[in-house]
Amino acid sequence: MPIITYIQNDGTEHQVSLPMGATLMEGAVQNDVKGIVAECGGSCMCATCHVYIDEQFLDLLPEMEEEEAEMLEGASAEIKPNSRLGCQVRVSPKLDGIIVRIPEKQ
Amino acid sequence: MSKKVVIIGAGHGGIQVVASLREEGFEGEIVLIASEKEMPYQKPPLSKGYLQGKQSEESILFRSANYYENNNISLRLGEQIVKVNIAENQVITDSGEVISYTHLILATGANNRKLTSDGVEIPNIFYLRTLTDAQIIAQKLENSQSVAIIGGGFIGLELAALASEKGKKVTVIESQTRLMERVLPAVISTVFQQTHEQHGVQICLNSHIEQITEEGIQTKEGFIQADLILAGIGVIPASSLAEEAGIICENGVVVNEFQQTSVTNIYAVGDCANHYNVFAGKNIRLESVQNAVDQAKVAVSHILEKPQAYRAVPWFWTNQYHLKLQMVGISVGFDEYVVRGESGSDKFSVYYFKNKQLIAVDSLNRAADHLNARKLITAGISPTKGQIEDLSFNLNNCL
Ligand SMILES: Cc1cc2nc3c(=O)[nH]c(=O)nc-3n(C[C@H](O)[C@H](O)[C@H](O)COP(=O)(O)OP(=O)(O)OC[C@H]3O[C@@H](n4cnc5c(N)ncnc54)[C@H](O)[C@@H]3O)c2cc1C
Ligand code: FES
Repeated sequence: MPIITYIQNDGTEHQVSLPMGATLMEGAVQNDVKGIVAECGGSCMCATCHVYIDEQFLDLLPEMEEEEAEMLEGASAEIKPNSRLGCQVRVSPKLDGIIVRIPEKQ
Repeated sequence: MSKKVVIIGAGHGGIQVVASLREEGFEGEIVLIASEKEMPYQKPPLSKGYLQGKQSEESILFRSANYYENNNISLRLGEQIVKVNIAENQVITDSGEVISYTHLILATGANNRKLTSDGVEIPNIFYLRTLTDAQIIAQKLENSQSVAIIGGGFIGLELAALASEKGKKVTVIESQTRLMERVLPAVISTVFQQTHEQHGVQICLNSHIEQITEEGIQTKEGFIQADLILAGIGVIPASSLAEEAGIICENGVVVNEFQQTSVTNIYAVGDCANHYNVFAGKNIRLESVQNAVDQAKVAVSHILEKPQAYRAVPWFWTNQYHLKLQMVGISVGFDEYVVRGESGSDKFSVYYFKNKQLIAVDSLNRAADHLNARKLITAGISPTKGQIEDLSFNLNNCL
């Protein structure tokens, strides 16, 4: 199972191994990583699962769909080129070792 | 005396109470009691990703099992609370065990309303509320060719969409004149109706059921053959525990702006709580994730003596086919509306006004409008008609 490292805004790190197909949001919420709210439970409806992806891995991620891009615009924290909605990124073997940073607010 | 919080129900409300308590640094005892035996999971995906086969049971869990352990939460699955003893500050489980509390949270949700005939539940109709219900429906769907759905509300229509996508012959029976009539205006209901019809779903409006048999449904208008009958005709708040304990109930458990019931150390949150809603201007119950989550936070703030009254703007969503509808505010009683985007297409938003004040926005496949509208309504800002209609104008500039 791919290992994901989440870094909270306060610097706390969590290493979590996620089953294939789980989303970065699920991995964070279910494992008590602080700072992801995910009000809508992964329906791409709330933009409270905003994360910053390690630049190195950016190209390996599935492309952003239009609705994700639109929701992301409404996220509370600064939107950066490496911003994604955690619920729209599914874990694949390619993502083993990825570092995911949590923004200061959702 | 140190505080001990007992929570009945592990849905959106109950889980948020637990999460907020620990996030806010509460170190006392927490007991979370759930009548269902499964690890606590979210209900909205049941009628969406889960029954579509796109989301697994694992993926709809609120938290992984070790969350409860790591946060020192006593999670008691498969136990039903049968009595609340307000004089002794105790609840009693179905096995007779007594659990005491200093603060009790009722997050018991709601139960499906069932179709009855002469007061007796009509057999062979399936309803969706729990994971168990969803598992049964998944299996029934597999073995059925034709599906009749009673009720053209959100859950009924989400079921219709996924069943028709699985190649079933689907009929929706609705007694009102439009789909989702209670909450949506005609411009939006019509888009949903047309989309369902394009997918081969037969929509029967103004339809009145006369008899339900094993072969199908007899309505005044004709006979609808069905291998499987599903119904989504609303819910009844789960307030019997409170009622029997002598807590004031009326269409759910009546609460104040801090979610306190008529017994001050007992709170109610979520689907079961009848509260005064600032945006509705009256007492209502809301059945939404937003309401359960935000009320849970309010109850926790009060228990931790940093009280924040409930005044969160209501929002809700539904997914059917490629249509994603997001609603914010309460549009009932609007006197004017303005459309952003092409009305009647599959991408537009409707802005509702009452006395020139923006009160609600429904966005169809326009997520950015929805997020912006939440901020506008929360802040009490009303853009002009010109600004709304001008797609090149960024409504975030109003904030
Ligand atoms: C199929 C479906 C689709 C939905 N889709 C959406 C959507 O798209 N968007 C949205 O915002 N909302 C949606 N909702 C509504 C949303 O799920 C509810 O509003 C929300 O779950 C309410 O949370 P709650 O904590 O009040 O109650 P619930 O989540 O219903 O949880 C209450 C729990 O309490 C337990 N319980 C009750 N009595 C007892 C007792 N005596 N002892 C022990 N346990 C008890 C029950 O077993 C239940 O699990 C949907 C609901 C369903 C059923
Ligand atoms: S969880 Fe709501 S948008 Fe990702």
